[in-house]
Amino acid sequence: MSHMNMIQALNSAMDVMMARDPGVVVLGEDVGYFGGVFRTTDGLQRKYGEHRVLDTPITEGGIVAAAIGMAVNGLRPVAEIQFADYIYPAYDQIVSELARIRYRTGGEFAAPVTIRTPCGGGIRGGQTHSQSPEALFAHICGLKVVMPSNPYDAKGLLISAIEDEDPVVFFEPKRLYNGPFDGDPDKPATAWSSHPRGNVPEGHYRVPIGLAEIIRPGGQVTIVTYGTMVHVCLASARGLGVDAEIIDLRTIAPLDVETIAASVKKTGRCIVAHEATRFAGFGAEILASIQEDCFWHLEAPIQRVAGWDTPYPHAFEWEYFPGQARVSAAIKATLEAS
Amino acid sequence: MSSIPRSRLHVPRPPARPGEAPDFSYVVLSPAGAVERPDPNAPTSQIEYLADSMVRVLDDDHRAVGPWNPHLAPSDLELGLRHMLLTRIFDDRMHRAQRQGKITFYIKSTGEEAVSVAQCMALRPGDMLFPSYRNQGLHITRGRKLVDLMCQLLSNTRDMCKGRQLPVMYHWREGRLFSISGNLATQFPQAVGWAMAAAIKNEDHVAASWVGDGSTAEADFHNALLFAEVYKAPVILNVVNNQWAISTFQTFAGGEQRCFAARGPGYGLPGIRVDGNDFLAVYAVTQWAAARARTGAGPTLIELVTYRAAPHSTSDDPSRYRPKDDWEHWPLGDPIERLKSHLIALDAWSEERESLLIRQCEEEVAAAWREATTYGTLSDGPQLDPDTMFDDVLKERTSNLERQRRQLAQERAKP
Repeated sequence: MSHMNMIQALNSAMDVMMARDPGVVVLGEDVGYFGGVFRTTDGLQRKYGEHRVLDTPITEGGIVAAAIGMAVNGLRPVAEIQFADYIYPAYDQIVSELARIRYRTGGEFAAPVTIRTPCGGGIRGGQTHSQSPEALFAHICGLKVVMPSNPYDAKGLLISAIEDEDPVVFFEPKRLYNGPFDGDPDKPATAWSSHPRGNVPEGHYRVPIGLAEIIRPGGQVTIVTYGTMVHVCLASARGLGVDAEIIDLRTIAPLDVETIAASVKKTGRCIVAHEATRFAGFGAEILASIQEDCFWHLEAPIQRVAGWDTPYPHAFEWEYFPGQARVSAAIKATLEAS
Repeated sequence: MSSIPRSRLHVPRPPARPGEAPDFSYVVLSPAGAVERPDPNAPTSQIEYLADSMVRVLDDDHRAVGPWNPHLAPSDLELGLRHMLLTRIFDDRMHRAQRQGKITFYIKSTGEEAVSVAQCMALRPGDMLFPSYRNQGLHITRGRKLVDLMCQLLSNTRDMCKGRQLPVMYHWREGRLFSISGNLATQFPQAVGWAMAAAIKNEDHVAASWVGDGSTAEADFHNALLFAEVYKAPVILNVVNNQWAISTFQTFAGGEQRCFAARGPGYGLPGIRVDGNDFLAVYAVTQWAAARARTGAGPTLIELVTYRAAPHSTSDDPSRYRPKDDWEHWPLGDPIERLKSHLIALDAWSEERESLLIRQCEEEVAAAWREATTYGTLSDGPQLDPDTMFDDVLKERTSNLERQRRQLAQERAKP
């Protein structure tokens, strides 16, 4: 066990898997000699060689296509797309190919590829370094979509993703790479070293894909969230002194509807929070599921907290970001409705 | 007033439209035997001429001449002829089945049979093939049972794709033939990834993939060439230039000023232009590229110059956009006729044996069709259980898929 930030935890996951399985290869822009622009693959090429940790051309479609071919040939590729904002040139390979190879071949071929990609804002990245496109992938049949909120889950989930027989799109909220973030950009940042979830086993362990976690039990209201917003919601609930039950989805698809429904049936109230744009965001799917399963248990309309329906504006980052104020307002609105 | 020329938009057009005389003067030919054959490990810079000429082996007298003659035994040539004939007869029968309403859609490879058959014969069984939709000859050459192909076309109870793919989108794991996508050129960079993995694993297997001239316009084509060259992947990238992408002439994919093979040297890998209707030339060029790949010298781009004699698919009517008798004037002839004439010139074949072989192939196709239809058609039973729709989305069925499977079962149980 040692203290790790999320970058180190992800690095450790790849290290552990590359040591265990000679078929695990890492490829992407700048991931090799340099160790990645966020240093996530630091030291891996030195340790495992240039044939297993490959710097690639700036060709996202090529990276994913090559990873598919490698997986069909028995390797376990972990492809990095440097920013989730750059994933669109690979979209056809992910959606039309990666997600469907098993289905269209009746199970004869499969491509167990993991695609890692940093997502989300809060680093002054403007509209091309801040997006959260998880809903675009959650809608695609045949993909698993994961987004951790802390180093412990990040490592366990990435190991599960690499071992998974299905393709996984693994979103890393880059605002959480170095420490938890409660939505207040002016507050001094805390490091993962002082957080229990920064305590990460050095060796192999799994966090299962497809299971949400109740990270804070409560009876007054259910907050369903994931990624960076987990910490914002925690801070809001604490700030308001509300007995909120907070669910960290960890996996977007397949969605753990059972955990959400059980909680909402208990509390009767619910807020869904994510950083991505609100319109047709993943929150809409969660709301629809709750409406189907829990309608007669609801005591108030479900609230949605999200980014605005605009691209992520560089100058107004903190006005865009769904911070504590927006979450707290939603919690109050839910509790005040009768 | 001003004499300065103004910019203008150039819109390519094919050499002839319906009602006009076919014109193939744009096809630059090299005489058979004229192109030098370099060492397969020669550096790219020394073999750029391969993209500007055309490798041809069979001369006008049906003899095999020049340095690219692969010196195949008559028994191999006969086998190649058999595979090509079987492919053509299979195509004709399946086309008819579509016209009879037995299958929904079909794509023929008429006129291009040498591409799949000769290339497949020049490769080894361990090599992995990433085909396009006009490569049924690969399956036939690798010994796939015709019944298996037909069951896919019929979406019946033995459909390898379990009713999930359009007809002709076959795959064959055991035969090392990857699945066909409806999206164009996606398989091209995937083949490169497969080849990279073979190199990483220190195997001497080669990957090969095929796209049409039209698909060279896709980003995936360029991604494939770039990755292949950067990592010197043991891969053979084939452009089947059959001149037409549905109704769009190859010039719209950029084939007007430079041929498609010339894109290879642009990326640093050799490009070879070959007479795609010359079985021996196609075999020789593929063998050369495979040797290059297997010995670590890297990838090759092959442009196979051929002609799509048939419509693009059963949904297409080429008489609306090109002269009706185009195919008869194609300067590179018919690959089957040319190989047959070569075998006859070798005294290793006769019209009688040809007729007998055709009859055998027709009987084989007919027998396979009779068997295939007993496993059902899209309209007549037995039919696939729609329950299987929910399988293979992911390896394990998730709870939402299980719920939806039960819901469908209930819907179907109601009268």
